[in-house]
Amino acid sequence: MTDIASSPARLPGWLSALRNILAYLLRSPTSAFGLAVIAVLVLTAALAPWIATHDPFAQNLDNVLQPPGSGHLFGTDELGRDIFSRLVYGARITLRIIFLVSVVVGPIGLIVGATAGYVGGWMDAVLMRVTDIFLAFPSLILSLAFVAALGPSLGNAIIAIALTSWPPIARLARAETMTFRKADYIAAARLQGASPLRIILKSIIPMCLPSVVIRLTLNMATVILTAAGLGFLGLGAQPPEPEWGAMIATGRRYMIDSWWLVACPGVAILCVSLAFNLLGDGLRDALDPRQMNRR
Amino acid sequence: MTDPILEVSNLSIRYPGASSEAVRGVSFTLGRERLGVVGESGSGKSTVGRALLKLLPGARITADRLRFEDLDLLALSEAEMLKVRGRRMSMILQDPKFSLNPIQRVGSQVAETCLRHFPVSRAEAKAKTLEMLAAVNIRDPERVHDLYPHEISGGMGQRVMIAMMLLADPDLVIADEPTSALDVTVRLQVLNILDGLVRDRGIGLIMISHDLNLVRNFCDRVLIMYAGRVVETLKAGEFDKAQHPYTRGLLAAQPRIGGPRKPLAVLDRRPEWTEELPA
Amino acid sequence: MSTGRRRLRRAAGQLASVAITLLGLLVLTFFIGRMMPADPVRAIVGEDATPETYDMVHAQLGLDRPLWAQFLRYMGDVLTGNFGQSIRTGQPVIQDILHVMPATIELATFAIVIGAGLGIPLGVLAAVNRDRWIDHAVRVFSLFGHSMPIFWTGMIGLLVFYAWLGWVGGSGRMDYFYIGMVPGRTGFLLIDSLLAGRWEVFRSAVNHLILPAALLGYSASAYITRMTRSFMLDQLNQEYMTTARVKGLSRGQTIWRHAFGNIRVQLVTIVALSYGALLEGAVLIETVFAWPGFGQYLTNNLVIGDMNAVMTCVLIVGVIFILLNLLSDVLYRLFDPRTK
Repeated sequence: MTDIASSPARLPGWLSALRNILAYLLRSPTSAFGLAVIAVLVLTAALAPWIATHDPFAQNLDNVLQPPGSGHLFGTDELGRDIFSRLVYGARITLRIIFLVSVVVGPIGLIVGATAGYVGGWMDAVLMRVTDIFLAFPSLILSLAFVAALGPSLGNAIIAIALTSWPPIARLARAETMTFRKADYIAAARLQGASPLRIILKSIIPMCLPSVVIRLTLNMATVILTAAGLGFLGLGAQPPEPEWGAMIATGRRYMIDSWWLVACPGVAILCVSLAFNLLGDGLRDALDPRQMNRR
Repeated sequence: MTDPILEVSNLSIRYPGASSEAVRGVSFTLGRERLGVVGESGSGKSTVGRALLKLLPGARITADRLRFEDLDLLALSEAEMLKVRGRRMSMILQDPKFSLNPIQRVGSQVAETCLRHFPVSRAEAKAKTLEMLAAVNIRDPERVHDLYPHEISGGMGQRVMIAMMLLADPDLVIADEPTSALDVTVRLQVLNILDGLVRDRGIGLIMISHDLNLVRNFCDRVLIMYAGRVVETLKAGEFDKAQHPYTRGLLAAQPRIGGPRKPLAVLDRRPEWTEELPA
Repeated sequence: MSTGRRRLRRAAGQLASVAITLLGLLVLTFFIGRMMPADPVRAIVGEDATPETYDMVHAQLGLDRPLWAQFLRYMGDVLTGNFGQSIRTGQPVIQDILHVMPATIELATFAIVIGAGLGIPLGVLAAVNRDRWIDHAVRVFSLFGHSMPIFWTGMIGLLVFYAWLGWVGGSGRMDYFYIGMVPGRTGFLLIDSLLAGRWEVFRSAVNHLILPAALLGYSASAYITRMTRSFMLDQLNQEYMTTARVKGLSRGQTIWRHAFGNIRVQLVTIVALSYGALLEGAVLIETVFAWPGFGQYLTNNLVIGDMNAVMTCVLIVGVIFILLNLLSDVLYRLFDPRTK
């Protein structure tokens, strides 16, 4: 590890830290697998039009429920659509969910947590009580309730998932804030007359950012499974969108004779969620100082 | 010193993954006496103690001779060691705060030694436990028997530890810094209890400590260890005859009441001491 | 005396915090209920009711009053056990839920037994063999369980073990020709069938229970395994483990009697929390297995937009979660001597 850190190419601090973490992750086969799957997911989503062999929406009623093989890698569904191409385009939906949830959850969690931790007192008590209330539900159940109220759609599913996944982030950001709230440079900023808002935005949030990003990665597996679950229950992406959970739901009726309708999207979900779990597990090891010393 | 309880010759210990040996070429014999082992932290003194009980998972232990009474410790299997540990050889650990199981009652922890080694009923084990608790000067054994470790003081905890380790009447007890975690005021009390029991029962004692004064007043003989080697062996009354510069350095670094008020000598450490054989 | 008072004060503080969380829960479900696009009045009176009837029902439901008054009314209703009627069945929602709950409890209890029975030994095994291949294998196995979309695994399980191999029963709680054969005294089919002395029903029920329970249990075991491993690692490094070895106990005895003995309380709290998390999986797995329980009730009502039923279900899950949290806290205090 040290030889990389002291490499002659003077990289900015965060970049060399990132490189160290990557090097560490690639050394363990499980987290390397996680990284590889996620890389494949991103590439697939980006290059979907070139990778897909067919139009994911093109129906061909003469060619329904074809088994994998001849001309269709993973077979065709009940409307004769090419399952492989639908999976490839489905990667875009999965990525969109992950991206949008992170973009919403990160800032909400950061602001709530940093405010509670920095301001303290009744503000802390109130914000943490609200967090606890959200934490009192299993995330899928609360998302179900939100989507039921908002109406089923992919956008609403994303909102619902975001609404249920900010509390752990807020908890984390609060704990982080508490540890350096009393630090000298915060006191210095306060003496210079910086407003609490400015201190939170300029000094505290940047300090919380790394651990929040890691925690978001760890949450991705849950987000993917919840999104798929909502899709399966018909509350997420609506047909004909090639969302993997929804594909499983429609394939269910034909499952006994045409297993590939269900098997293929399921394996895709499993791989991506496993990849995030393995990556998260590796990240936790990589960033836990006690573990680092031991190795 | 009649026939020795323990004979150690050229004992070396290497931890897994370590580049050098933690203990090298240590030799000594022990009769029914009290032997002190003194050294600074990292000198390998505790490692020797644990090696005698073969409680160093993964470490490689070699020796020309490692004889405990009629047993060749090196050749004993783990199953055979189970009959030795606690029954014929035991060890008093440093800090009762950590060495007692926090969520088991004190009495049942002591009784476990009894139940492990003797074919007794629970009631008999309890009677024996109470007797042993009384033997370490615990005034109200019935009450202490049912307490949890966090409910008793450090001094009492260490007495419980002594009771636990002497209950099966072993022939050799290793005391690994038995008083360094205790308040100064109770140290002597605990040591006296240990001393009394060891004398009465004719137990061989190895007392591991970093405290030279404690050991010289308490033991018959003292081994001085430095960097995994024994640099010198001294009789308790003959410390003024110390030869090795390291021992002399240790002695010079001891503060004394009524002594000259000059700065204490700084311990001199030379790399060649780790090479040369003990004088 | 003073410790008694301190304990009393702590209990009071905890109760107050539970009460506040419950109140928050009510606020949350109330507002989610108001957010819905469906018109509850229209759902009751139908499409071609006169404006007069519409307004009457509107007023009956209290929808013309300010929001805070509506909330107070909602709170009063909930506290007096009135959760409203189900649009679908016309029955009080709470009665419907109590009727389907035993099926879910049966499933979840079986699942947690499997999950703990799998997760705890695996966690101990991984901790004892830390960083060796067994540890890595256990880690991958349990992460796998944690990564499965359970509704999908349920379908694949049905396909393989029911349709192809015929090892287990299919959907539902028993084979269809047994339905209605035993009187539902407790609602727990296993108990009812035994009470009625119908062995064939009991066997059918077990056959149907085993697959969904095993899948739920496997997915729950991931968390249990991880926590067990980390609790065990904490204990294995403790000095009292050496003491036990010095006393002459074997490694296995020290691991089980001392290290494992010391994490039992923590494990109980973890298992209690996992039981709550199982409800989440139960919603999906019940849908796949047509299991007539709480989860299926919830999803069925979601589909038809019966918000009274849905919100009551959500509220009940929240309450169960809070109670399990409280329970695990209380268990910890009761059984760990250090907290006394």
